[in-house]
Amino acid sequence: MTPAPPDRLADVLAGFDVPGARPPDFPEADVSYAVDDTPIGRMLLACTASGVLVASLFTPNTAAEGAALERLATRISPRVLRRPQPLDAARRWLDTYLSGRRPACAPAWALTLATPFQVPVLTTLAARVGYGDRATYGQLADWVGRPRAARAVGTALGGNPLCVVLPCHRVVGATGSLTGYAGGLAAKRYLLELESAEQ
Amino acid sequence: MTLPPFQLLVDAHWRDVARLAHALVGPDDGDDVAQQAWLQAWAAYPSLTSVTNLRGWLFTVTYRCATDAHRGRSRRAVPVADPSLASPERPAIDPPVTGSDESGVWQLVATLPVRQREAVALRYVADLDHAAIAAVLGTSTVMSRRLVSDALGTLRKALT
Repeated sequence: MTPAPPDRLADVLAGFDVPGARPPDFPEADVSYAVDDTPIGRMLLACTASGVLVASLFTPNTAAEGAALERLATRISPRVLRRPQPLDAARRWLDTYLSGRRPACAPAWALTLATPFQVPVLTTLAARVGYGDRATYGQLADWVGRPRAARAVGTALGGNPLCVVLPCHRVVGATGSLTGYAGGLAAKRYLLELESAEQ
Repeated sequence: MTLPPFQLLVDAHWRDVARLAHALVGPDDGDDVAQQAWLQAWAAYPSLTSVTNLRGWLFTVTYRCATDAHRGRSRRAVPVADPSLASPERPAIDPPVTGSDESGVWQLVATLPVRQREAVALRYVADLDHAAIAAVLGTSTVMSRRLVSDALGTLRKALT
């Protein structure tokens, strides 16, 4: 059987185009996000409608970016939009930090994406391990009242939803080895050297 | 149901929503209708419970916005200076502007009866099947097929 001849009319109709069309504008978003290439890799920042930072994640490829967006949609709201403007302050903070200067104060953040165990681990980390300091997984486990949970603390830090902003890169193994980092060990080394150079 | 991040819908479908809006209402209102459709979709999105075909849903919202725009437009009095514009051959909408309309097909589509024109836009611009077209237009698949084939018949005759 020979295939039917192509339907010229259908092709012309289907080829209808609007050359000057532009993407829609939205006045607000439940979750706004921006993706930027930084010296430590591609990162996605996201904030809520009130401007509170809820995510600072390494998204080296589209799969990682998709997973981050799914997480925001499921945990906060599906009305997730790419809107850099609400993240301007956070992006400036990150820029300053990654250029080796100590930024004035971190943007307002919330642990909306964190698990119940991550909340005390990450808030204690933010409160006790300052710029240029280091801590071990064991110390952090002690501080949160779970002295035998160093491994669980490591896992909690590994899933840090606010990388760099909550400085899980300052936590190292008992021997001082860097062990691991969501953004890769090179990024962790970069951040630690950055902070020690500023001192 | 878990809804995908809205931005993925925007990225995947904004061009097709714009094409459908322009095909339905013409160049003057096309951008407004598309923007309006996105705002309505945005407002309704978190409470969607039973939509499995989000692309079809977006086209339904676009179609409704186009219908509303039409009603608004026909209520306005349009002064006609050139009497030829009031002739029966006057297109029901301004033909959508398109770079690829060398054959003048869209000029002809603009003169079709409104339901045929809508069915053609949904079938070819939005690439919907007849079940989906019938759902959007609130009719049967049999009627959807007939609207499209009548429209194609008229167009073919006019083009030969």
